[in-house]
Amino acid sequence: MPEQLAFTIEVFLNGLMAGVLYALVALGFVLIYKASGIFNFAQGVMALFAAMTLYGIMNGQVPFAHLINAIFGTDIHYFGWSIPAFLSIILTIGVMILLAWMVQRYIFRYLVGQEPIILFMATIGLAYFLEGVGDLMWGSDIKTLDVGLPQGINVAIDEATFGWFGYGFFIDNLDIVASVVAALLVIGLVMFAQYTKQGRAMRAVADDHQAALSVGVSLNFIWILVWSLAGFVALVAGIMWGAKSGVQFSLSLIALKALPVLMLGGFTSIPGAIVGGLIIGVGEKLFEFLIGAPYLGGATENWFAYMLALVFLVFRPQGLFGEKIIERV
Amino acid sequence: MLYREAGDFSTTYSEDSQTFPIKFDRWRYYAVLFVAIFVIPFMINDYWVNSIFMPFLIYAIAAIGLNILVGYCGQVSLGTGGFMAVGAYACYKLMTAFPEVSMFIHVLLAGGITAAVGVLFGLPSLRIKGFYLAVATLAAQFFLVWLFNRVSWFYNYSASGQINAPERDTFGILITGPNTEAWATYMFCLIFTIFSAVVARNLTRGSVGRQWMAIRDMDIAAEIIGVNPLKAKLTAFAVSSFFVGISGALFFAVYLGAVEVGEAFGITKSFLVLFMIIIGGLGSIFGSFAGAAFLVLLPVLLKVIGVDWLGWPTDIVAHLNLVIVGGLIVVFLIAEPHGLAQLWRVAKEKLRLWPFPH
Repeated sequence: MPEQLAFTIEVFLNGLMAGVLYALVALGFVLIYKASGIFNFAQGVMALFAAMTLYGIMNGQVPFAHLINAIFGTDIHYFGWSIPAFLSIILTIGVMILLAWMVQRYIFRYLVGQEPIILFMATIGLAYFLEGVGDLMWGSDIKTLDVGLPQGINVAIDEATFGWFGYGFFIDNLDIVASVVAALLVIGLVMFAQYTKQGRAMRAVADDHQAALSVGVSLNFIWILVWSLAGFVALVAGIMWGAKSGVQFSLSLIALKALPVLMLGGFTSIPGAIVGGLIIGVGEKLFEFLIGAPYLGGATENWFAYMLALVFLVFRPQGLFGEKIIERV
Repeated sequence: MLYREAGDFSTTYSEDSQTFPIKFDRWRYYAVLFVAIFVIPFMINDYWVNSIFMPFLIYAIAAIGLNILVGYCGQVSLGTGGFMAVGAYACYKLMTAFPEVSMFIHVLLAGGITAAVGVLFGLPSLRIKGFYLAVATLAAQFFLVWLFNRVSWFYNYSASGQINAPERDTFGILITGPNTEAWATYMFCLIFTIFSAVVARNLTRGSVGRQWMAIRDMDIAAEIIGVNPLKAKLTAFAVSSFFVGISGALFFAVYLGAVEVGEAFGITKSFLVLFMIIIGGLGSIFGSFAGAAFLVLLPVLLKVIGVDWLGWPTDIVAHLNLVIVGGLIVVFLIAEPHGLAQLWRVAKEKLRLWPFPH
């Protein structure tokens, strides 16, 4: 077994794992886009906000401590307790649901029927707002989130591949956990959409707003539900990315990485988000390994995904699984 | 009272189709120009130029450029930062290669080079629309920044990877480098801003501009009535990138003097300029100015209030800035999706009827 091939397989596997994480963010986009036609740019910041909130709750940080100290001249930072991870995750879900309600109540209720581009820009505004609020609430320092997920090299795979190829693969335990969680999440979401009353209502809204309204589905409730679900997905993504690379501003930029994923998969398809994520993850890792690092000076991961999406779109504008675009005057 | 067209008779076609048909507007415009050219240069110092006037003028050019693409032609672009970087690096290469040539020519050429790059990245717009195009322009943003980071020819193999503007002049007056006069850099930027505004205004009300707007409103219908989408979209990309390139060149050479590409022309710059035209008003030249002024002044104002008066730490003020900008964008979109320019239009409409609105 040549060394080069073993390396390539390892890069391929790592790409798959990274792709799962992209797909996790992309999933949040698809949920909201399907149900309300809003392209939610704030998804990445929601992941950041969720991770920050989780960290803050776990460590008993006082919200807005920095601001309060500046205004009143006090010196408070912590409540002095720490809450177990499981409980904090539930509390954070509560915060995300509250956020979903507020977003619906104070922003998008007023923007029903506006053009998609206006809605998109509103979510950009929301992204900035949330980012500022998150920083004010919990501080902008880099935090390491630890909810007890296994990390580090997976010894079993390392040894097994060493036995087969004479070269041990480095695969992070965290990535394996993330893949399992993402798979469970997708199965859960599909089950929810197929077999529950609310799920069916959600699909009805996605299909046709007016028809759904006329059979008695509450649009308002469904949108809050969808934003809450997106908040939940954001939390999961935030936990995974936060454990991987720390809770910091760059977390919100992975939302941008999720965009080409969506474009490959199509904005309206949940399986598409997963497949798109895997293609992008594998593509950029392999490109960096085979062409970028040796010939182009490295760091091609910054742009490869976008270029791939661009070239791909020129040939298939609706993405892999997107609905065919039919335009009429 | 003063603000109405009554008694202002046009006797020629050119008078009838002038930019400011109302006399009061026209005189106000001349007054603004007069103050900008003959009063401000004699009153300003380095602080005013560097913290308010130059960023305002330069961002106004970028906003006009982006407004042509997004507001007039309806092609959403998130690659402004990348195109500004093209302008900056083109200007740098020209400045170092031809030291004797006037800065005016360098900046204009930098705009031209950016226009060519813009057309290249505008080509996919013929197939891709809406959000898909917005993401496709992200490819331009990230690829260009990466290119200027990695290929050392662009920064003349300097060890730091930064580009520094050498001292260059125009008509014997220093424009770039550390020893410039406040009024000189101000005037240099002002000339380009006025030039951009006048050109953009006249393009957008001519046949090219009408083609852009037809494409924006409905591209298929526009195609049916005989607008060539290839020509309309690519000219929009070219003109837009030209202005954005000029602003990038000025931003680097005149304003900052030294630039690290990822920091100065990153994705946040693209969003900043986009916010300017959203807040100012899509499809309005005045809106580009209003938005640029708003987003340049707001952080300065907040800093003065928060840091200097209240004595808060700077990071809190920076975060508050984010909250306020984000909140304002949402409030604007809810209250007035067409931005400050629409408020201005409504105010003018009210003013014409004042004091007897019925």
